Amino acid sequence: MTSDRLLSIEGLRVDLPSRSGSRERRTVIHDVTLSVDDGESVGLVGESGSGKSMTTKATMRLLPPGAKVSGGLTFRGESVLDYSRKELAAYRSRKVSMIYQDPRAHTNPLLTIGDFLVEGVVATGQMSRADALDQACALLVDVGVTDAERRMLQYPHQLSGGLLQRMMIVMALMPSPELILADEPTTALDVTVQSEVMAILAEQIRERSLGMLFITHDLDLAAAVTDTLAVMYAGVIVERGPSDEVYSKPRHPYTAALLKSRPSAVKVERLETIPGRPISAYEAGPGCVFAARCPFATEECREVRPALRQVGGRSVACHRAEDIASELFEGLSA
Amino acid sequence: MSTLTARLSSRRTRTGSVDKVVLVFGTVCGFLILMAVFGPLLAPHPPSQTDILATSQGPSGQHLLGTDSLGRDILSRLLAGARLSFLGPGIIVVVSATAGTALAIAAAWHGGWLDRGLNRVLNVMFAVPGILVAVLAAAVFGAGFWAPVLALSLVYIPYVARVVRSAAVRERRMPYVEACELAGLSAWRICTRHILRNVFPIVMAQATIGFGSALMDFGATSFLGLGVQPPSAEWGLMVSDGRSELLDGALQQSLSAGALIVLTVVSFNIVGERLSSRIGASG
Repeated sequence: MTSDRLLSIEGLRVDLPSRSGSRERRTVIHDVTLSVDDGESVGLVGESGSGKSMTTKATMRLLPPGAKVSGGLTFRGESVLDYSRKELAAYRSRKVSMIYQDPRAHTNPLLTIGDFLVEGVVATGQMSRADALDQACALLVDVGVTDAERRMLQYPHQLSGGLLQRMMIVMALMPSPELILADEPTTALDVTVQSEVMAILAEQIRERSLGMLFITHDLDLAAAVTDTLAVMYAGVIVERGPSDEVYSKPRHPYTAALLKSRPSAVKVERLETIPGRPISAYEAGPGCVFAARCPFATEECREVRPALRQVGGRSVACHRAEDIASELFEGLSA
Repeated sequence: MSTLTARLSSRRTRTGSVDKVVLVFGTVCGFLILMAVFGPLLAPHPPSQTDILATSQGPSGQHLLGTDSLGRDILSRLLAGARLSFLGPGIIVVVSATAGTALAIAAAWHGGWLDRGLNRVLNVMFAVPGILVAVLAAAVFGAGFWAPVLALSLVYIPYVARVVRSAAVRERRMPYVEACELAGLSAWRICTRHILRNVFPIVMAQATIGFGSALMDFGATSFLGLGVQPPSAEWGLMVSDGRSELLDGALQQSLSAGALIVLTVVSFNIVGERLSSRIGASG
């Protein structure tokens, strides 16, 4: 069933060496299971240090040396973890594209935009330079850049952040990939530019019916642009399901607490906070990763790690998902 | 309105301003290089023409800087000697900068054992005095132009490699390099087109500093009789030649050749140091 999935991650676990050179390892991802189909946008939401970016890095096999990866990671049924060097290069350069959080850091300041956009596809022999330049121009127009030819001759420092991020979108689309990994693509941008860039990205993805794994800490944004939402905490996916369902009726205490702690556009009141501090994956005990901060936690929660199970049309990793459902909805509708 | 324009334009000149020290010493360096290229053509007398009737003479209208113990015109020999004096360190700098940069980028790219190994080798090489290696090379290959050039090319590698390595490691960790890797660019291409391009100013600054010291070391080997051999004209050799006349009060040969060496070393060093501090290189 999962064999023809675009991207399928099953029980992914990643351990990194705690210091370079030492044998001791720290777990950064405990257990991530999610999948992306063709034309599907999946949002991966979580706070800093929850393992979102590590998940994308693992997907690209970009983990630092010494990292230990277990679990399944398949692309169209082929195990990415078993790819040879050559297959991996093709996978990275043609099938999956990445859009980064900070476009300025991800461009070589000494290359013009034109050189930067076409370099990848030309160097990997996918297109001639002339064809690539034509396509880059066409794509620039697609993402709403009016004077494409002039922009191609400019250097990164001459472009605004929003414009540069659109260049990154174009670069990601150049090799006609099947999957886009967007790692907080709008976080580094101005709020007003954010929505514009996001709209362009979502439109391009939809038009080409590409799969997208969208990493963000902005639950509202993720719910607005994705079909499926996965909420991550301390290296574990705690809830996964259709975006509108998860967003309107959370079944995991963490998701509910996140939704309650957003500022309201209409009411002025003190924000609700989640007690305690966010923990890193390696600090999690044997029980539920959220147990220490969860108002509903029982003895069982502290001792037995809950697995993802089907509750109310989505997967939830909570022992008490059924019992506390009504309490979670409370205060959300207001 | 006009004050604003004035302020804006003054701002522009400030950001684009040229360091006056670099301008002055850079010009000196330029003149010295021109002298090395065209010097032999400008020489008023054939540099090897002896005149036993006019030996060890002081400056005169016919011999602006006087003559040496064989009656050869010192100015002509200085002009002609500039070529060998610059060619030696020039080759040393080009070879050591190329090899050092290649090693440094390879180590920064690969990391791990290659990087650690290179660091150890560089540390050992730092401990060996350049002149000593040059003496050894002269013993093995025989004294001449090539022995010190070969030895010093090797000895100067660590000075370039250490500084470039630290810059390349910094560059290696830049997110854009990761983006290049993901785009499927080969390691060779990323290293040459992206990393090398970004560390190139540092290589140039190091090479400029290195040129000064290489010129001195190369001159020193000639002075010791291990490098360029008489009757060829070379500055270090001329300092050595003039020694025997010093006690007779004929300072002109050692003094003028020595002064040119000092001027060259100081000029290239200052320009190199200024460039490297402007780029912010560290090692």
